[in-house]
Amino acid sequence: MAGLGFACLLLALLVCAYGIGASLYGVRTGRVEFSESGRRSVYALAGILTCAFIVLEVAFLGNDFAFNTVADTSSRTTPAFYRAAAVWSSQEGSLLLWAWLMSLWSSLALFLTRKRMRDVAAYATAIMLGFGGFFVALMVFYANPFGTTHPAPAEGAGLDPLLRFPTMMIHPPMLYSGYTLCTIPLAFGMGALLARRVDADWIKAIRRFAFAAWLFLGMGILLGARWSYSELGWGGYWGWDAVENASLMPWLTGTAFLHSLMIQEKRGMLKVWNVSLVLATGTLAIMGTFLVRSGILNSIHAFGGQTLGVPFVCLIAVLIAGSIYLVVSRRDMLRSEHRLDSWLSREAAFMANNLVLVALCFVIFWGTYFPLISEALTGQEASVGPPWFDRYTVPLALILVLLSGIGPVITWRRATLANARRNFLVPIASALTALLILEIAGVTQKPLALVMFCCAAFVFGSIGQEFFRGARARRAMAGEAAPLALLALVRRNRRRYGGYIVHIGIAVLFVGVAASSSFQHASELGLSPGQSTRVGSYDVRYVKPTATITPKYDQEHTGSTLALGAVLDVTKGGRHVTTLYPSEGFYASEEASQGSVGSLIGGQPVSHVALDGGITRDIWAAIEPDVEAPALERIIKTGNSTLPPEDGIVAIAYLAREYLKHPPQAQFHFEVSPLVMWIWLGGFIVLTGALIAIWPAPSAVRARVFARSRARAVRGLARA
Amino acid sequence: MDFLIAILTLALLALVVAVVGAPLRRARKLRVAGAAAPEDARQPRSETPAAVAARDTRRRDELEAAREAKYREIRDAELDYRTGKLSREDYQAIDADLRAEAIEILNRLEELSAERGSRPRDA
Repeated sequence: MAGLGFACLLLALLVCAYGIGASLYGVRTGRVEFSESGRRSVYALAGILTCAFIVLEVAFLGNDFAFNTVADTSSRTTPAFYRAAAVWSSQEGSLLLWAWLMSLWSSLALFLTRKRMRDVAAYATAIMLGFGGFFVALMVFYANPFGTTHPAPAEGAGLDPLLRFPTMMIHPPMLYSGYTLCTIPLAFGMGALLARRVDADWIKAIRRFAFAAWLFLGMGILLGARWSYSELGWGGYWGWDAVENASLMPWLTGTAFLHSLMIQEKRGMLKVWNVSLVLATGTLAIMGTFLVRSGILNSIHAFGGQTLGVPFVCLIAVLIAGSIYLVVSRRDMLRSEHRLDSWLSREAAFMANNLVLVALCFVIFWGTYFPLISEALTGQEASVGPPWFDRYTVPLALILVLLSGIGPVITWRRATLANARRNFLVPIASALTALLILEIAGVTQKPLALVMFCCAAFVFGSIGQEFFRGARARRAMAGEAAPLALLALVRRNRRRYGGYIVHIGIAVLFVGVAASSSFQHASELGLSPGQSTRVGSYDVRYVKPTATITPKYDQEHTGSTLALGAVLDVTKGGRHVTTLYPSEGFYASEEASQGSVGSLIGGQPVSHVALDGGITRDIWAAIEPDVEAPALERIIKTGNSTLPPEDGIVAIAYLAREYLKHPPQAQFHFEVSPLVMWIWLGGFIVLTGALIAIWPAPSAVRARVFARSRARAVRGLARA
Repeated sequence: MDFLIAILTLALLALVVAVVGAPLRRARKLRVAGAAAPEDARQPRSETPAAVAARDTRRRDELEAAREAKYREIRDAELDYRTGKLSREDYQAIDADLRAEAIEILNRLEELSAERGSRPRDA
């Protein structure tokens, strides 16, 4: 069946080439049937790549190790869920996932716009098929997911232990959905510029996709952060890793785009900003994919070895050059229809918001790509670590949170001092109240965190005031009870109030980040059973060691040959708080030279973190058992010299028993971090708000709203 | 197995050609069924009824999108006033501007409908 998969790729390449030609011919000559045929090429591409994806999925689920990707990333002992998701754990499979998702989203975008903007859509079709063709060509010529080996190996290498975590399996599809959705507004943006139609219709067509891209990217980023925190043994959720940054950058420019799009819609301003932001977002998404796929920067995510760098660099160069050319050559149609009426206005707040977001993106861009640039110019590797990023991003993040509280309460066009006083009184009072409470509580030793908490309180005050006043106005107009008025208010103004909920979520998230990073208690030390240590206000006692041997006791399906850990008793003020069970999994390696026993546990060890999370704090623990203790080393050496490979597990059992009877001192890493849960909670609130904002009103309601608005418009003018 | 793969590939190719080529086949049928009159054949492509209809559709789509955006602005301004973000004087000034802009868009939409109604129908 690998032949069928590869045939699908070849067919996909042909369809892309045809579709590009047909779309461009159709739009240039006015022959609608060719544009329509080009659009159907996208649908056909989606169908073909779905077939290809199914072929690969069946190979993984059926353990067909003739497929190289299956042999490299799966095994018979890998649970079915992980096998199904292992498709995208390899470079080849992830390229197929990218191309497939892109074809699906492109099909949806073109289906929804099939009756509108025919000229823009035709250009957009050609661009989307260009992206599709690029990724299919990468698979055909560089990284074939359907490569085979004959005879097929009897067993596969298994899934990377770091990826045996449910969140990690969902993270790539979410993130790739975000990346691929970013190409839709990019394609329509370029199409609009080519067709010279940057108008309200274009905005309406791409807003939902830009929003969806922003949402998926954001959720993908959060899932990755959660994986990092819950699975990796370093105890953090964000390390300014190159690939983390690569997904954050398009999210930042996408956020700026969504906000300034409102200004273009209302005031016909910031058109150059908007087209530049949408083109930058799409380009940054491609650059993010380039970082992950090319392995050009050292990162836990990047795949080494394969060189896809040159094709990606060419594509990125074409995108950048093309974008600059289009914006410069179409600048006459991108002139603003209005000027800024006042610096005390929502337009000005949004412009400031844009500047901050772009500045954040620039800082992260520089810090991420600096190692490359430095190496290219000087020949020496350089790196930029978290302290550099924090120095510049923290102040910008503070301004961003503050602006997310100012934006909702300041008016369009011009805000007078009188109404500014009226609208900012409650938010400022909230911030000052928070400051007072924190001062009394003694939370003053971290000034930046304190400022963030006050900014967040400002946001809560401003958004809370908006909901209160809106519901009160609704009650005055419709006479509804307060809960119904609130519901009706949100339902009738989804974009506004959904956006407000997103702002609350962002503020909650940043409170979690500030608290957990500024007020964390951490400790790294060696403990033997019976010994205790103090972490913050908690006492942690190492009760006893644990040992599990697969497959019988591997409840978490970690796939480890041996897992050594500990039972930890956590108390506070003498009262039991929780029991933690951290462990470290030891995996088989492919190094026969390590011996029959050594090779069973000689692979990369993976920490299985123990976490007790709560709304006020997380208690986190990781262990690094000492398998090189003399007694354990003796068992391994004896096993290596006396046991054949098929009996090596017997020595592992002895090793586990010895560890339980005479546990050597183990290294522990403890953390007590306040408000980490607020990060995930903030993410959930953002998701909720985004879904409310993006949800379309039922068409009957839309028709009634239009009819009422039209009648009011006519009546109002008659009275004037 | 190779034979099966070849059959499946050909079947997929046939399906793709059918889907992607459908608009071209439909257009050819229409051309054959309603062959252009000699006068129409001399018309510039941009003036054919299909091109004019496409242009009208595009203008209508633009105006309808602008209308939706304007209605939203009117509702937002009213909500801003009712929630105390706009003074009465500011609201009345902004509201009058927005309604005038909305009426202009509605008038242009009506003109467009009238133009389409007065245009000779296709043969």
